[in-house]
Amino acid sequence: MKNLVQLVDSIDLDSVISFVSNTSCGAVSIFLGTVRSHTKEKAVKKLLFEGYAPMAIKQMELIIAESNELYGIEKMAIQHVLGEKYVGEQVVAIAASAPHRQNAMDACTFAIDTLKKRVPIWKKEFFDDGAIWVSSHP
Amino acid sequence: MEKSVNSNKILFFGITKDITGLSELYLNLEGKSIATFKEELTLKFPKLKLLSSLNIALNHEYVPLDLIISLGDEIALIPPVSGG
Repeated sequence: MKNLVQLVDSIDLDSVISFVSNTSCGAVSIFLGTVRSHTKEKAVKKLLFEGYAPMAIKQMELIIAESNELYGIEKMAIQHVLGEKYVGEQVVAIAASAPHRQNAMDACTFAIDTLKKRVPIWKKEFFDDGAIWVSSHP
Repeated sequence: MEKSVNSNKILFFGITKDITGLSELYLNLEGKSIATFKEELTLKFPKLKLLSSLNIALNHEYVPLDLIISLGDEIALIPPVSGG
């Protein structure tokens, strides 16, 4: 099972899609995460992503292996950014290819849900009146 | 303690970096369990207790609390993750 796992400065959606594309597959499903302008009605200025790179890569590789076991996909690619990102910018891209669409779509859903629970990447949200680490702030 | 083979590298991420004021630390943790390390660290930095969860990773993997640390193991504090 070939895969592509990268921590990047900017998402390169074309490379993610071309990596998973395969003539034996009739479906490529893509999840693209972007920076939202508001959190609970507060205007977001920017986000800062920090990661524990070697462990994040390992966990993302594990997610691809599990996605394959569960959904029998052909290929999967995951790219996640680190660093500062502004409203509207792309922060995570996941693509999966499979002979049929349902498996590709289910694998994408599983991969992003699991990434959010397990991959050691942290997001700090900056507002006009301060900043918080998302999910961590006591 | 200086960086050497006679120590453990401990990495701090996200909010744990703000709470402790540290991004890395070198200590000899040989023979201690993950649970003991976590308890001692929480005594030193009580605000860590306010987090909804605090996992400890060893050599880039999530490990159980009863695991015993060996010299050279890399330890990392993993507060609630928020990627994506």
